Amino acid sequence: MAKILAVDDSASMRQMVSFTLKGAGFDVTEASDGVEALTKAKSDKYDLVISDVNMPNMDGLTLVGELRKLGEFKFIPILLLTTESSTEKKKEGKAAGATGWIVKPFNPDQLLKTVNKVLG
Amino acid sequence: MAIDISQFLDTFYEESFEGLDIMESELLNLDVGEADVEVINTIFRAAHSIKGGSGTFGLNAVADYTHVMETLLDEMRAGEREVTQNAVDILLRSVDVLRSMLISLKDNEDLDQETISKTHEELTHLLNGGATGTPAEAITASDATAQQSEQADKQQGWTIKFKPHPDMLQTGNDPVRIIRELESLGDVSVEADTSALPEFEMLDPELSYLSWTIHLSGNVAEDDITECFEWVDDECDLSIVATQSIENKTSGEGNVATDKPMIEAAAAPEERRTSDRRQGERRSAPKAAKKPAESTSIRVNINKVDDLINMVGELVITQSMLSQIGGVEDFDTSALERLNDGLSQLEQHTRELQESVMRIRMMPISFAFQRFPRLVHDLSSQLGKQIELKLTGESTELDKTVMEKIGDPLVHLVRNSLDHGIEMPDVRVQNGKDETGIIELNAFHQGGNIVIEIRDDGAGLNKERILNKAIASGIVKEEDNLSDEQVNDLIFAPGFSTAEVVSDVSGRGVGMDVVRRNIRALGGTVEVQSEQGVGSVFTIRLPLTLAILDGQLIRVGEETYIVPLISIIESLQVNPEMMSSVTGAADVYKLRDDYIPIVRLYDVFGIKADSTNISEGLLVVVENEGKKIALFVDELLGQQQVVIKSLETNLKQIDGLSGATILGNGTVALILDINGVMTLYQEVTRASILQDKTEKIIAA
Repeated sequence: MAKILAVDDSASMRQMVSFTLKGAGFDVTEASDGVEALTKAKSDKYDLVISDVNMPNMDGLTLVGELRKLGEFKFIPILLLTTESSTEKKKEGKAAGATGWIVKPFNPDQLLKTVNKVLG
Repeated sequence: MAIDISQFLDTFYEESFEGLDIMESELLNLDVGEADVEVINTIFRAAHSIKGGSGTFGLNAVADYTHVMETLLDEMRAGEREVTQNAVDILLRSVDVLRSMLISLKDNEDLDQETISKTHEELTHLLNGGATGTPAEAITASDATAQQSEQADKQQGWTIKFKPHPDMLQTGNDPVRIIRELESLGDVSVEADTSALPEFEMLDPELSYLSWTIHLSGNVAEDDITECFEWVDDECDLSIVATQSIENKTSGEGNVATDKPMIEAAAAPEERRTSDRRQGERRSAPKAAKKPAESTSIRVNINKVDDLINMVGELVITQSMLSQIGGVEDFDTSALERLNDGLSQLEQHTRELQESVMRIRMMPISFAFQRFPRLVHDLSSQLGKQIELKLTGESTELDKTVMEKIGDPLVHLVRNSLDHGIEMPDVRVQNGKDETGIIELNAFHQGGNIVIEIRDDGAGLNKERILNKAIASGIVKEEDNLSDEQVNDLIFAPGFSTAEVVSDVSGRGVGMDVVRRNIRALGGTVEVQSEQGVGSVFTIRLPLTLAILDGQLIRVGEETYIVPLISIIESLQVNPEMMSSVTGAADVYKLRDDYIPIVRLYDVFGIKADSTNISEGLLVVVENEGKKIALFVDELLGQQQVVIKSLETNLKQIDGLSGATILGNGTVALILDINGVMTLYQEVTRASILQDKTEKIIAA
């Protein structure tokens, strides 16, 4: 079972992502900001990280950069949850090392489709 | 898989309200002119979260509204836009509008379109006054893209040349994944070009050396192909060429293959998604109407839950220990000792468990305090006063129900301090004070109570004026010799008002008695200390919880009642000389300078007492709203904390009783409502005086 780390400061978004992915049989760990995500990433292995961009303490872009510095996460897919208005954010995200993005708003089906695509 | 996302709505509302509170308090923190980027960032983040969530959960009105706010805040954050007072005010109003929108949506009520569009207009006006790119233009632009993509040609086959840059793998992108995705669009044949592959010892496994030529056949739109490469468009060399073009019905042009994927085209499917979602929202609207509007949930710190689980664990251990002793066939003295140990452990664990459970209902008082920065900001500018608000002890915890009910009295007291306490800046300067007045809210625990202080450095209470007013309204008599405290206390008297001009800030002065009544209803007290010219302090004392009460157990005949300890002044044995009878029906007891009516509980509740002779029982003197009565009881039992059970939920509301509890021996004891007992007593006395008179008339 693939392990996914879901990072979002918004509890409702986190719940939705987590519920959807768990329902599809994934093993999901939640984190509420970049700092918590990084701590969890250091103590466990994940097959995919899905992270919000705007978060307190450590934002998604910094998180991507920090994760890529860890050996285990060098090639692991990392998806950013971003809003359609922020084309620049997408570019910044790519520059930071993100694999791709999921555009907000999204529904559970779109999320699953993207995750399945990435995890094959 | 269909997932009902409405199950996350409650969480969304909860966090959105929190987000709005954050936005509000940070907006109030924002220094006009030289705004702190971190503060703007925090506000932006809150708006951004609400926008993202509302979009996802299909609340498009909220999403559209926050979009404009977010754009504005983004420009402020980037330093492209000045933070003006006007902008802050509009943003604050927008926070209010958003809050009411969310409340309406939550309660399935209609949105107040007029207010929404008014502030929305203000926002867009502000946004367009200087910045480039209005939302309206943006929509037109994406509409155009959508139309364009509608007309996009479909091709019979494509040749795709895909050459990842060497470091493409390092963003976690996998070429095989992309090829697999293309496979889902149509038939694919792939040729790999391995010519760039170095010698094995030169090979860096972290780099990409391969490139591919992919032939895709089938009726596939170019957009669908570019979407597969969306994440890697700047990490590869890509060409997408139509192998066989067919005439398109709507357009003869545009069949030319493009070398680069188009970002614009990628936006089109999103646009479609958005409109799908909107339809979805409309469909699901009637279903949502079934949901109950009120949220009864509470957010609990995980530590509290863990404590609870620990306590239950301990309890289970104790229980198994006790049942082991119970299972012993020959019960001897050694078992007795262990039984005693077990029982005292059980007692301790039960008490701790009770405390842990109580703590779950406790919330920091910051929930009640957080509305004040805004209130003070708005009112002080309305009144032309300069006021600094200081909050301390915000983490002090209080029962959720008490918190909800103390909100309004607190608001009233703060408004009162703002309006009547703090002077106008020029008056303050004349009196040698700083022109900025200070209002301080402080909360702390003291004994089993929580104390909330509202302190201002304003004019203080004018004792002379209060006294004159009280005499004029007949609350006190001129010859009454009142202490300073008693004079101050008069402001809580019903119908008392000293404000010369009725203001729309703190109203007609009908509030203070209501404030006291509401606080008393919570089992609390409020008092004021004041020094003229220096300021006033209002002190509220509240029980930590409404679910538990410190009670004095009393016995009347076979019944046990509980008197709230907070109402008891003293208990005494009767000195018959101090008793006197008024009109034959009511007895009073002279206690120092007071004559206190004696209330025979057996009479009020119609039960049988051990004795009706006053000198054989005890008097418990209790006070409520400044009035005292002496309850005549047979015996005082112990004092203990009791858990209050509502009578209304199980039976019905009964005059003179506020609830019931279950005692250690399993019997039910009723809790006296002192105010209710006083009313009952008056009725009983009036009836008996009436009967007395009737009998006398008949006898005559």
